[in-house]
Amino acid sequence: MYLTNSNEQWERLFNIAIDALPPMLEGAIFYTIPLSIISFIVGIVLALLTAFARISSVTPLQMIARVYVSAIRGTPLLVQLFIIFYALPAVGVTLDPFPTAVIGFSLNVGAYASEIIRAAIQSIPKGQWEAASSIGMSYRQALFRIILPQATRVSVPPLSNTFISLVKDTSLASLILVTEMFQRAKEVAAATYEVLFVYSLAALLYWIICFILSILQDRMERRLDRYVSTN
Amino acid sequence: MITMQGIHKSFKSVNVLKGVDLEVEKGKVVVIIGPSGSGKTTLLRCLNVLEHPTKGSISIQDHHLDFNKRIPKHKIAAFRRLTGMVFQSYNLFPHMTVLQNVMEGPVTVKKENKATAKAKAEKLLNKVGLADKKDHFPSQLSGGQQQRVGIARALAMEPEVMLFDEPTSALDPELVGEVLAVMKELAHEGMTMVVVTHEMRFAKDVADEVLFIDDGVILERGAPEDIFTHPQHQRTQQFLQLIE
Ligand SMILES: Nc1ncnc2c1ncn2[C@@H]1O[C@H](COP(=O)(O)OP(=O)(O)OP(=O)(O)O)[C@@H](O)[C@H]1O
Ligand SMILES: [Mg+2]
Repeated sequence: MYLTNSNEQWERLFNIAIDALPPMLEGAIFYTIPLSIISFIVGIVLALLTAFARISSVTPLQMIARVYVSAIRGTPLLVQLFIIFYALPAVGVTLDPFPTAVIGFSLNVGAYASEIIRAAIQSIPKGQWEAASSIGMSYRQALFRIILPQATRVSVPPLSNTFISLVKDTSLASLILVTEMFQRAKEVAAATYEVLFVYSLAALLYWIICFILSILQDRMERRLDRYVSTN
Repeated sequence: MITMQGIHKSFKSVNVLKGVDLEVEKGKVVVIIGPSGSGKTTLLRCLNVLEHPTKGSISIQDHHLDFNKRIPKHKIAAFRRLTGMVFQSYNLFPHMTVLQNVMEGPVTVKKENKATAKAKAEKLLNKVGLADKKDHFPSQLSGGQQQRVGIARALAMEPEVMLFDEPTSALDPELVGEVLAVMKELAHEGMTMVVVTHEMRFAKDVADEVLFIDDGVILERGAPEDIFTHPQHQRTQQFLQLIE
């Protein structure tokens, strides 16, 4: 059929694309992208707190951080989403799918990003802490004024990876009833039977989003590179 | 002005300082020499409590720390304010310009207002000969220039004592002079200084007293002429021969 009547076939696919794009873009704009951004921001806050707990000298805080990171890294994201999706109603909390997904993805990002941030903090030479103390800074002042700004530069590439993975992982939210981009693609695929084509279209959209993100990452790195050696 | 009494410092089972006593009068320059690993850096770091002595006590002016007891954090912070430290590897803040490096302590720690701190920082940079580099980042400076910024950064906190840990040993030979010149000027202005260095010329010209430290104890001390021309201990003689 493809070979005998290719013109007609192309026209058909074109029409399907025209029909499929509006719901998929809607899924991207109203769900995939906000879900990614909100989860990332909340996740980074969690990650910072977790990283501070890990490098603190307070043993119970360290332990809590370790267990959290270990549990999240040691279990599949989809399983985590399902647990949150079914556990919250069981303890009397009823949330819409979207906030449920935000909680799941934030917890996930928080654990992975905390390891990145911790490693970045620990990669800053000890001499920087010492120079900070030698001019009288407290631990907190040294951390926020001296160490974190430098650690930020180190963590931008790996955190960008985390963000890009997150964007793609949000497709899993379709399984807890979030009508994000991939869910929309599934609906179109089911209605048209053009499974391969529609999913390829979805893949292309994810790729475009991630491509834009990597351009932003590039810019941010260049901005933060101001102070790196120029001679 | 500075009194160290019976300072011991061990890392785990290694005894690095084994009972160091030290007196420095106001306005004097003390140079510490000694072989690698003898504990010079550790001694200096004990003086501003970057390293916590295991035993002993240190006083600077009317601040007194007794390391045989628990010392509250705020006392250590106040004590540290009395000293400025210059590091062998400069340790400038790479994400800040030269001016910001020098202003950082006064603004963040002393809560000085920015305009005052800036004026003071510019004056200090002028003094170390780097007024024209104030908007550069450390990575854009030579080692000698970075070290002079390091000195200005420490001075900005208006310390009573300046501590130098081999400030020129990471520098190319042709850059050593510019840093020593700044240090000499400081000495002439009456700054109290404790300097770990192997620059014998500097020690001869500037030091009021030279200490030879070996294996965690001060083996010999005296005026530079005495130490350098007729050292008493065999260890001191050997060491001086090695670095000539
Ligand atoms: N944080 C530490 N943990 C364990 N051992 C240490 C530590 N700091 C220093 N030491 C040890 O203490 C001894 C003295 O070190 P220190 O740096 O004070 O020597 P130094 O006289 O400054 O030597 P150099 O001339 O090489 O700078 C060395 O044997 C060193 O290995
Ligand atoms: Mg040393």
